[in-house]
Amino acid sequence: MAPLCEMRDISISFGGVRAVDGVSIHVNPGEVVGLLGHNGAGKSTLIKILSGAYKADGGEIYVEGQKANITSPRDARRYNIETIYQTLALADNLDAASNLFLGRELTNWMGFVDDDRMEAETRKIMARLNPNFKKLKEPVSALSGGQRQSVAIARAVYFNAKILIMDEPTAALGVHETQMVAELIQELKKQGLGIFLISHDTREMLELCDRVSVMKNGQLIGTERVEDVTEDDILSMIIMGKKPDQAA
Amino acid sequence: MTDVPAPQNTKRTGFQALEVDTRLLGMIGAFLVICICFNVLTDGRFLTPRNIFNLTIQTVSVAIMATGMVFVIVTRHIDLAVGALLATCSAFMAMLQTRYLPDLFGLGLGHPLTPWITIIAGLAVGTLIGAFQGWLVGYLAIPAFIVTLGGLLVWRNVAWYQTSGQTIGPLDTTFMKFGGINGTLGETWSWIFGVLAVIWALYALWSARRAKLAHGFPVKPAWAETTIGGIIAVGILGFIAILNAYEIPSRRLERMFEARGEVMPEGFTASYGLPISVLLLIAVAVVMTLIAQRTRLGRYIFATGGNPDAAELSGINTRMLTVKVFALMGALCAISAVVASARLTNHSNDIGTLDELRVIAAAVIGGTALAGGIGTIYGAILGALIMQSLQSGMAMVGVDAPLQNIVVGTVLVAAVLIDTIYRKKTGGR
Repeated sequence: MAPLCEMRDISISFGGVRAVDGVSIHVNPGEVVGLLGHNGAGKSTLIKILSGAYKADGGEIYVEGQKANITSPRDARRYNIETIYQTLALADNLDAASNLFLGRELTNWMGFVDDDRMEAETRKIMARLNPNFKKLKEPVSALSGGQRQSVAIARAVYFNAKILIMDEPTAALGVHETQMVAELIQELKKQGLGIFLISHDTREMLELCDRVSVMKNGQLIGTERVEDVTEDDILSMIIMGKKPDQAA
Repeated sequence: MTDVPAPQNTKRTGFQALEVDTRLLGMIGAFLVICICFNVLTDGRFLTPRNIFNLTIQTVSVAIMATGMVFVIVTRHIDLAVGALLATCSAFMAMLQTRYLPDLFGLGLGHPLTPWITIIAGLAVGTLIGAFQGWLVGYLAIPAFIVTLGGLLVWRNVAWYQTSGQTIGPLDTTFMKFGGINGTLGETWSWIFGVLAVIWALYALWSARRAKLAHGFPVKPAWAETTIGGIIAVGILGFIAILNAYEIPSRRLERMFEARGEVMPEGFTASYGLPISVLLLIAVAVVMTLIAQRTRLGRYIFATGGNPDAAELSGINTRMLTVKVFALMGALCAISAVVASARLTNHSNDIGTLDELRVIAAAVIGGTALAGGIGTIYGAILGALIMQSLQSGMAMVGVDAPLQNIVVGTVLVAAVLIDTIYRKKTGGR
């Protein structure tokens, strides 16, 4: 069976610097693949190519075995690829419903945005994801980190993502909220989503992921099943850029 | 956890239940204070129907452009060229209706189609120039400050070049009806308009409440809703009553009857009523508010202002959005050009000079944040009204011209300072 999503031999350069250099990764349905590496290793850049924010110089993307042509965030959404960004990508001055539906507003028969219906839908999905979420009318700048994160996650879940990209989803969160995100990832896995997870936290990654891919200087060092490696193995891959068996 | 209803909605005092925007109240309060002060200083001449009528028609041109400036500033840009663009549109329309159409196209003077062709062509020119500036900003990534600073020089002098610096007039009589005192609805139609506006406003309130109830959202108590409806109705009808109280001077009425070959009946009176230019401003305000609150375009404008990266990642074409915002600004400059030149009954070379500063000041006094993402249409219009009342009030009191500008400049800075403090206190940004 073809993987749910596959990125083959992806390369991109910025002004002579090869930010991503011939990297191939894939994710299967119901699987969580972690991307690890230093700052500037190229993880976020690689993932932004999949979400349509950057256009790759070389390489191909396949979704469910079919070649996908992704040149903008809108294209990515057409392939049911949803992204939760490191920076949350919320418009701070708008309320939760406006952010959830940003770019895909519900409209009434006259073509006007239907705020009441969007608010009702937001209440429904929030009741599922984060029952404590009550501040529907306030701009999201008035929300806590966890509440903001649940808006960002709700956006991905609401539109029936098949492939979910989470860039540092727990970076801004407290212990309790991090636990919530972990539970949510398990829940989404059960529903058969393929998830790419980016994080700095090696221990957390070994808990949440099925496989981890390590990048350094734009290149893929290796992909390992989490059962087969220890935290130290991963760390040596991140730092030395070598697979554990090659390490002297 | 059991499903306990949130207690937050139960303990609200009478005033909070109204859920009115405190900043709007503050601005209305400031406006009223200014009006009352000037009224005292001028021995009651400021708040006469005549002066209120003049104040409204003087405000229209700047207020129309200020609504567009809200969108420009909300998307983190600026437009310094609005006054110059107004001049270019005004010059083009003046030349079109007095020279090109009658002579080159052979329509002759006073052809019934002249004003309409002129206005449509003027709107097209304004929109195109605006769109061009937006393209330079959005697609070629030149900062809006620079593009429109250049535009300020370019369009001001394109206007000059078109007319060779001459004053062009008199303009078409129908065209001049958009200027204020030359075109008003009269007493009866003003009342009809006022009543229709009240009915529409009450219906809008009622249907919004019904939609909220249908979704099971919390609503204001019925008495609060009724109070707001009552205030709106009194406001609209009061405004119409004041304008209707300004009667056309009897000398002028006599001349109007003479022109028709009739004799004025003894004791005949007539009122100006609602000026067509004010009607135009109301229409612009309604349309711009609809765009801001109920369309995708408006949602994207505010989203882009709040977080341009987020907007782009959400699939919004922010470059095209910039073009649209500037094109809209250009169209509004053209509408203002119609109003401004019609009010003066001719196109003069200095028309719209310094309007860019008045327009930006109106938007900013009205609560538009230069950091982007925040601003309201009604705020900008109120801002324009406050600026104009200050200016004409001081002129009536007899304040020296340099002092007038010193006061206006100080008020602008003070208004933004108060706004910043207000935002910090209320937890906004």
